[in-house]
Amino acid sequence: MSTLAQKKGFGAVLWDYLTTVDHKKIAILYLIAGGFFFLLGGLEAMFIRIQLAVPNNDFVSAGLYNEILTMHGTTMIFLAAMPLIFAFMNAVMPLQIGARDVAFPFLNSLGFWLFFFGGVFLNLSWFLGGAPDAGWTSYASLSIASEGHGIDFYALGLQISGAGTLIGGINFLVTIINMRAPGMTYMRMPLFTWTTFVTSALILFAFPALTVGLFLLIFDRMFGSNFFDPAMGGNTIIWEHFFWIFGHPEVYILVLPAFGIFSEIFAIFSRKRLFGYSSMVFATVLIGFLGFMVWAHHMFTTGMGPIANAIFAVATMAIAVPTGIKIFNWLFTMWGGSITFTTPMLWAIAFIPSFVAGGVTGVMLASAAQDYQYHDSYFVVAHFHYVIVGGVVFALFAGAHLYWPKMFGTMLSEFLGKITFVLFFIGFHLTFFIQHFLGLWGMPRRIFTYLPGQGFDTSNMVSTVGAFFMAAAVIILLINVVITSVKNEKVGNDPWGDGRTLEWAIPSPPPFYNFKQLPLVRGLDAYWLEKMEGKKGMSPAEPLGDIHMPNNSFVPFVISFGLFVAAFGAMYHNEHSWGIPVLIVGMLITLGSMFVRSVKDDHGYHIHKEDLEDNNDKGVKA
Amino acid sequence: MATEQKMTYETWPASPEKQTLEAKNKFLGFWFFLGGETVLFASLFATYLALKDKVPSSDMALAKDLFEIPLAFIMTMLLLTSSLTSVYAMYHMKNFNFKKMQLWLGITVLLGLGFLGLEIYEFNHYVHEFHHSFTSSAFGSAFYTLVGFHGAHVAFGLLWITTLMIRNSKRGLSLYNAPKFYVASLYWHFIDVVWVFIFTVVYLMGMVG
Repeated sequence: MSTLAQKKGFGAVLWDYLTTVDHKKIAILYLIAGGFFFLLGGLEAMFIRIQLAVPNNDFVSAGLYNEILTMHGTTMIFLAAMPLIFAFMNAVMPLQIGARDVAFPFLNSLGFWLFFFGGVFLNLSWFLGGAPDAGWTSYASLSIASEGHGIDFYALGLQISGAGTLIGGINFLVTIINMRAPGMTYMRMPLFTWTTFVTSALILFAFPALTVGLFLLIFDRMFGSNFFDPAMGGNTIIWEHFFWIFGHPEVYILVLPAFGIFSEIFAIFSRKRLFGYSSMVFATVLIGFLGFMVWAHHMFTTGMGPIANAIFAVATMAIAVPTGIKIFNWLFTMWGGSITFTTPMLWAIAFIPSFVAGGVTGVMLASAAQDYQYHDSYFVVAHFHYVIVGGVVFALFAGAHLYWPKMFGTMLSEFLGKITFVLFFIGFHLTFFIQHFLGLWGMPRRIFTYLPGQGFDTSNMVSTVGAFFMAAAVIILLINVVITSVKNEKVGNDPWGDGRTLEWAIPSPPPFYNFKQLPLVRGLDAYWLEKMEGKKGMSPAEPLGDIHMPNNSFVPFVISFGLFVAAFGAMYHNEHSWGIPVLIVGMLITLGSMFVRSVKDDHGYHIHKEDLEDNNDKGVKA
Repeated sequence: MATEQKMTYETWPASPEKQTLEAKNKFLGFWFFLGGETVLFASLFATYLALKDKVPSSDMALAKDLFEIPLAFIMTMLLLTSSLTSVYAMYHMKNFNFKKMQLWLGITVLLGLGFLGLEIYEFNHYVHEFHHSFTSSAFGSAFYTLVGFHGAHVAFGLLWITTLMIRNSKRGLSLYNAPKFYVASLYWHFIDVVWVFIFTVVYLMGMVG
């Protein structure tokens, strides 16, 4: 068996990706699908900003604006940010701990296809009678009253893709606990692995709350139950609680991996060990824990009473402490380091003031009494875009440039990368900084237009101009990707020259079995330690032996497709007689393929020692 | 250790459910899954407690009118016993006694079926005698969702264990299928624990108001 790339036809490549269980290929699938949805969500953002550029605008109608606004938020959180983060987790985390794959390669593939079919289902709403229009939070009082099938698409689509995320979370947890290379103790794990670990735990305990909330919504809208109908004894506040018991940890699910990526970047490009490693780990775990204690700060104005509001306010402010620890550790990592201003490093440096600004407004919003003033105004919009764009999206751009060579074996152009950075950085602050003031001046969020002469005109125009800068930045990144792919100049193991962790000790992209021999880890920044002792690579921890690999499988695709079909049946069963049969057929496809998976033994296969030695002689060039 | 290898009583290890890396992963991953399931049921319990006895009109049946201890007690006993028999099955699995393991798993399945049958009878009874249905009130929705989710878990567990038994009936125990049996029995215990909470929160607390 040769690992050298062979020329394959398009069909063979497609089939390979449809059936792959290799974490590196699944990472690429997540990157492509997440990137596509990111562009879609970005397009929706542009529509929003164009509509709001001038007062009394009629670029889109009020109803369509609600749909665009809802889909922008839903797409960006569930279908863009999370999958893109999963792309980096899949691509990098197993390499960082010296593993040959994740714990459950089959489930890894299943997680991706569930997300993908859920996302496609959600977006099909545009063509089938209208998208969801109750905001990304889809509060029950609005969503129960919403006509058409928009909210049904929301509930069913998110249910399917949420199941995929949950599976991914369990997979990463087990991978990190069971599959670390010899010597890779918990306190030697790179920060990105640590944040993946804590994030996965958050996913495990946060997503079931959303699952239940969505089930209640599905039952109410499609199966006649009365959870959210006050006339029948129901209570709409239940939805708000479930949504935010999930939704607040979700914020940390997004931002902790971003912290992890930046922690790697600061260490690599300052050529220094991360300052305060153990306090970083501690802060990560503490943020993860506190993240579950604060959900009701989204509901201060719901009327929970002063005691509950006070408790949640204090808990929220407490999160600023571990986050502050992190900020100072990053600053001290740079302090006295020999800094190189590469594209990832520029994003990382820009992240600090941007994210701190979002954090400060977060503490402002956490004061329950003050929150009554800010609630549902553009101040909130500015706040969460500062943390999510300034934190997460910056990290995604930084991570894309940093890990591109490891994923694809080629370097993105640094020149174009820096142009992307400058445009996006300017555009981001131009768009969102002014929105703080718009909020304080009284502009409510989610409105589709406003009257002239209220003092909102100029500021909204400024905000829209900023959005165009960000769009230009993304277009330049796409051009960069195309140019890089066409040039196809292959790079070596450690293209940045200062890689510290295990992923930089193996070829770019790595062979499909990752490590020929598992590496022996002798400390934090394992690869850097070896380099400092003048060695070229890692010392092996085991003799060369057969490697056990899992077989590819098309079953995950079929399982996910079954749920996709079933969702259509559930949605239309009230108005079409074929609804229930389609629901049953879909569930049979899913359960049937799970059954096939169960009864068919799948032992995987072995790569034999001799074949690995063979490669050694040729030298792995491809 | 190769999973396909034929085992004997002498070579059968003490913890056959976690001999290979795949088995260890499955074991740990399933515990995590149960952690997620715990949150799922906790959410359903919270919903039930929030909507208990919330009905649109005063002449509708409330918890204290609906539930009867004898039926719930029999169901509880069936499910608790089935948990015990699945422990016996795992005991025989660890001692490489395939036939006895199959026997006890079979008894587990029968007890589970008995439980499910009574639950169907119970739901049917509420709908026809008390007009307490999934769509009649928020209380009804919350009750049938909580107890129904549990019932669906029981049904899935029965299908799962039966499939395992049939699939492996001719092949005996191996290090490949031992973790599969073990994980299925873990799941069965979890369902049982959830029922203990349902018995307490829904039935016992329902009786006292």
